[in-house]
Amino acid sequence: MPRLLKRFFLYLAVTGIIVWTIAPYIWLIISSFSVKIDLLTVPLRWIPSRLTLENYYSLFFMRGSESVNARLFIHSLGNSAFISMTTMFICLVLGVLAAYAIARLRFKGSNLMVFVMMATQLVPPIVLVVPMYVIMRQFDLLDKRAGLIIVDISIVLPLVIWLMRGYFASIPSELEDAARIDGCTHLGALVRVILPLSGPGLVSVMIFAFIAAWNEYLYAFIFTNVDAKTLPVLIGEFSTKLGLEYLRIAAAGVLASLPPVILALVFQRFIIRGLTAGAIK
Amino acid sequence: MTKPRLRSLFDDPRILGLLLVVPAMLAILGVVLFPMFNSLWLSLQQHDLSRPQENAFIWFRNYIDLLQDPRYLNSLQATFKFSLFSVLIELTLGVAIAITLNQNFRGRGFVRGLMILPWAMPSIVNAAMWKWIYNADYGALNALLSQLHIISNYRIWLAEPVTAMTLIILANVWKETPFTVILALAALQTIPDDLYEASRVDGATEWQTFLRITLPLIMPVLMIAGLLQFIWGFQTFELIFIVTGGGPFSSTEMTNLRVYATTFRSLRFGYGAAMAYLTSLIIFIPAVVYIRTAYRKVVEA
Repeated sequence: MPRLLKRFFLYLAVTGIIVWTIAPYIWLIISSFSVKIDLLTVPLRWIPSRLTLENYYSLFFMRGSESVNARLFIHSLGNSAFISMTTMFICLVLGVLAAYAIARLRFKGSNLMVFVMMATQLVPPIVLVVPMYVIMRQFDLLDKRAGLIIVDISIVLPLVIWLMRGYFASIPSELEDAARIDGCTHLGALVRVILPLSGPGLVSVMIFAFIAAWNEYLYAFIFTNVDAKTLPVLIGEFSTKLGLEYLRIAAAGVLASLPPVILALVFQRFIIRGLTAGAIK
Repeated sequence: MTKPRLRSLFDDPRILGLLLVVPAMLAILGVVLFPMFNSLWLSLQQHDLSRPQENAFIWFRNYIDLLQDPRYLNSLQATFKFSLFSVLIELTLGVAIAITLNQNFRGRGFVRGLMILPWAMPSIVNAAMWKWIYNADYGALNALLSQLHIISNYRIWLAEPVTAMTLIILANVWKETPFTVILALAALQTIPDDLYEASRVDGATEWQTFLRITLPLIMPVLMIAGLLQFIWGFQTFELIFIVTGGGPFSSTEMTNLRVYATTFRSLRFGYGAAMAYLTSLIIFIPAVVYIRTAYRKVVEA
């Protein structure tokens, strides 16, 4: 009896955990496919009477006075994609080189560099926002995609270096030594021996970098206005300005969350390994 | 003859190492270190964009003013409340969920995978989502509670200070708990089964096993998770900015919102920089002390 009862409580707890984790998100998705009238009834009907793509359609193809909003949405979607991909690739190249140097090459000051780099992670973004704004205004980088990419790199790069360093350290150095004896340079060994073995590490780093850049809000909010505005900033504006247009906000929110959520669910093993790499040794 | 020499020069670990690290260092330090010192310098000045003729170096006046600024002190208190309660709930709930997901049941891998969902969600979408759920007229929270007969009339949750604070903590907990769960699960999996076996042979109850074996062994990881989430709690911006905007009556106005309003609304750049710095110092000192004691405990254990 106690064993059966225990199983029952276990499954009850698991059900509770599932509901708690997905219910808010499911409700956002349901809302995004609903017609307004279904959501405004009291008592609320949880299952809508009919589904519609109207909220999504209106984001891309708003007409008349709303067409400005539609253009803004497509524009900021493009900005988000461009900025996060570019950030990801630059961080990947710079991060792999730096991580390789730190993991494999002994040179003066390498430990100090790792420490300083990690210490920058403790500086709250809000401290940097004010002087960065002043500097970016001087260099004419405000509301420029390049400006936001530079700032995003400084957030993402330390993470990439940290994860890749750990990954490189786990690859036995004998393989590299063998390549060196065969006449490879250090860089040659990195490209021909280490990188082909680092597939999973590279994938996890790319996903982390992309998600971090795609989700970033504070810097994008302060440093962009129109031209370089990203999707998170637009959603923030929608939800403070659009007033009653909850369903359109829900649709925009679902679209903005899809790339990171799908990537994370598909590559969850890589993410979990990355998340636990720093904290558990 | 020059080619091999050049090649060996570039292959010297001391030189190559530096060459490979420098671009990354420039990218990180240029964007972080310089603004950091710039900000410190700015915090010692009166620098108002609206009154440039009064700009001057004023030493620590901004900091002294801050300590007597009731609105800043209030925001500090709100930030502490928000971060502390968030961390306590996230750790408790996170450990409970991790222990549940560490049992054997059908679909375990799937449920563990779901934990990644709130973590991956953009925080701005999280904010918009909860704002919609808490909506006074059409929100799911009012609908759910009234259909369960817990409340009889719809309430304007975000208009009351205590419920507003509770609800933004709840929204934060939803998004941040999975991080603790993932770390705690990884830590639980490193505990060898023999330990549980031995404790069962000794006749310990499950609660005793939890207190004497499980908890001490996952404690180092929990301390790291707790510290990170406390720091992240202090850095929360968009959740509060979108859901409550700092209201009602400044009850959820955290320091980050104050810094934003002071700098970009009132255009008082010097005072804003000092505010950001003071808050960072306040969080930085306990963080260092905490890391040192946590480290010592880990070493002793």
